[in-house]
Amino acid sequence: MSGGEKFDLTAGAAYAGGPPQTVRAILWQRFLRHRLAVASLIVLALLVLAALAAPLAEAAFGLDATRVSLLERFQPPSAKHWLGTDELGRDLLLRLLYGGRVSLLVGLAAAFCAALIGTALGLLAGYYGGTLDAFVMRLADGVIALPLLPLLIVLAAVDLSKLGLPAALATSEDVSFYRIVILISIVGWTTVARLVRGATLTMRTREFVRAAEALGARAPRIMLVHILPNVVSPIIVATTLSAGGIILLESVLSFLGLGIQPPIASWGNMLTGAQELIWSDPALAVWPGLLIFVTVIAFNFLGDGLQDALDPRAIQG
Amino acid sequence: MTRYIVQRLAESAVVLLIMSFVIYGLIGLMPGDPIDLMVSADPDLTPADAERLRALYGLDRPILERYLNWLGAALSGDLGYSRIHARPVMAVLLPALVKTVWLMGLSFALALAIALPAGILAALRPRSLLDNAINLLAFAGISIPPFWLAILLIILFAVILGWLPAGGMGGAGLGSAIAHLALPVATLTLVTVGGIVRFVRAAMMEALRQDYVRTAQAKGLSARQVVLGHALRNAMIPVVTILALNFGTLFSGALITETMFGWLGMGKTIYDAIMGNDFNLALVGLLFATLTTLLANLAADVTYAWLDPRISYK
Repeated sequence: MSGGEKFDLTAGAAYAGGPPQTVRAILWQRFLRHRLAVASLIVLALLVLAALAAPLAEAAFGLDATRVSLLERFQPPSAKHWLGTDELGRDLLLRLLYGGRVSLLVGLAAAFCAALIGTALGLLAGYYGGTLDAFVMRLADGVIALPLLPLLIVLAAVDLSKLGLPAALATSEDVSFYRIVILISIVGWTTVARLVRGATLTMRTREFVRAAEALGARAPRIMLVHILPNVVSPIIVATTLSAGGIILLESVLSFLGLGIQPPIASWGNMLTGAQELIWSDPALAVWPGLLIFVTVIAFNFLGDGLQDALDPRAIQG
Repeated sequence: MTRYIVQRLAESAVVLLIMSFVIYGLIGLMPGDPIDLMVSADPDLTPADAERLRALYGLDRPILERYLNWLGAALSGDLGYSRIHARPVMAVLLPALVKTVWLMGLSFALALAIALPAGILAALRPRSLLDNAINLLAFAGISIPPFWLAILLIILFAVILGWLPAGGMGGAGLGSAIAHLALPVATLTLVTVGGIVRFVRAAMMEALRQDYVRTAQAKGLSARQVVLGHALRNAMIPVVTILALNFGTLFSGALITETMFGWLGMGKTIYDAIMGNDFNLALVGLLFATLTTLLANLAADVTYAWLDPRISYK
């Protein structure tokens, strides 16, 4: 945070009559005023904790989340199975917790990778400008404009062994996880890239950047040491906002049978068979979707609140 | 302006050409090839026969050569046969296109009819109870998984209430068509409307801040004239652009909706073609979707220039 902004923010706080505060405290207060965003943060924290506690819950109930039991199919909620059992007699609550681990991990990992690609491209495009800038921005336009879902379906269907990957790796269970993180990062970087590029464009002309250039700092140093710390807020906002969309995309691909592959559970692939079950057991079709919905909307509210809190133009907020 | 359109058309043609090569390459990387399918259908084929057939159909040639052959045939009008449907690709895609146009057109019109008033009302009273409620619903629409919304609607209207069919195309007759379209259109509308409301609201708030709005108020125009005549007309410029640029997203939504309800449109046809190793159909279907999206983007830019006389393309 540069000196100028710090002065402005504290001046605003002094005007409000409070004691002198740090920038961080002021931003935190502005964020706390967004009750929906705060509630969303709490909900997300609880979901992450619940997903992390899946093995503990498994031990506490004395159940095995992966054990198929054909004699216990479609059981209603009971003391042993709080949410009942699914079409293979597995405990639904435990499946949801383990599915949450995968869905949240894919969402966060893909959002992080996408933010990394977007930040790098945005910094380069904004700093160097010219042809590189035009190329990156047209690429971003193209990625946004194309009908992504059908293209992602083809990409997800690609046979990795035809790409020269060893068969053992191409058919291993974990490969669906890495594949979907990579696929989503390839299409998810655009929002971050645009915002970082825009912020970099304005930073490039600021005095401290000109001073660093005059002192002979090289381009990578200027971008990473001088510009990057000043464009952190748009990166945080864009990453949070895109995390929701990314979790949604993962659920769609897994639902269509192209994302996370069974027997690994994810909230999306738990719904794959649900359409056939709506006549016999609609509850199975409700829970995983509800968790996706809650997670995505929480990320969106959180991003919206962060945007307002971190936007220097909205000090009165 | 004409020069600009021609230039953009040429650009779109180049993008389409590049995409055709990319998609051709990707389809080639999908599991199996036509000969594998023949082998699995006919146990009498020996591996030697398979190799001979590969050479016969040119499948052992380098990818660039195969692509150029395909491109030559495609440009002369031969897009090949669909394996699943056993008909020429175009004979499968054109009826599917009509069905998708119905689904997307109705949903889009309905979404606009809801989103315009909602977005304007929200922008007129920022942070009011109404604005907060509209914002909440818009976020809900953006965040709901489309396939789950479809499942919920089927559970409510087909399983519990029994009012509407759970999917399919329906028979002849207007009543049947409406009944079968109701749930798919509702799904696609609900997942589309949230984003549009937020665009309209943001654009209206920006427009209402402008000086010409204050001038219009100062010279004594009615609130209706100020909002609809001055602010809305200007707010529509960015809205139209964003809507056309989001055509690809709408198409992705249509693919999920069609798959969920068994609506035989472009989205479901492409999805089935990819999943069923129908290489020709998948390739042409994907290119068709890409072409439509590119044209929608072009239309957005042209409309933008047409709506806003301040923009010149020289």
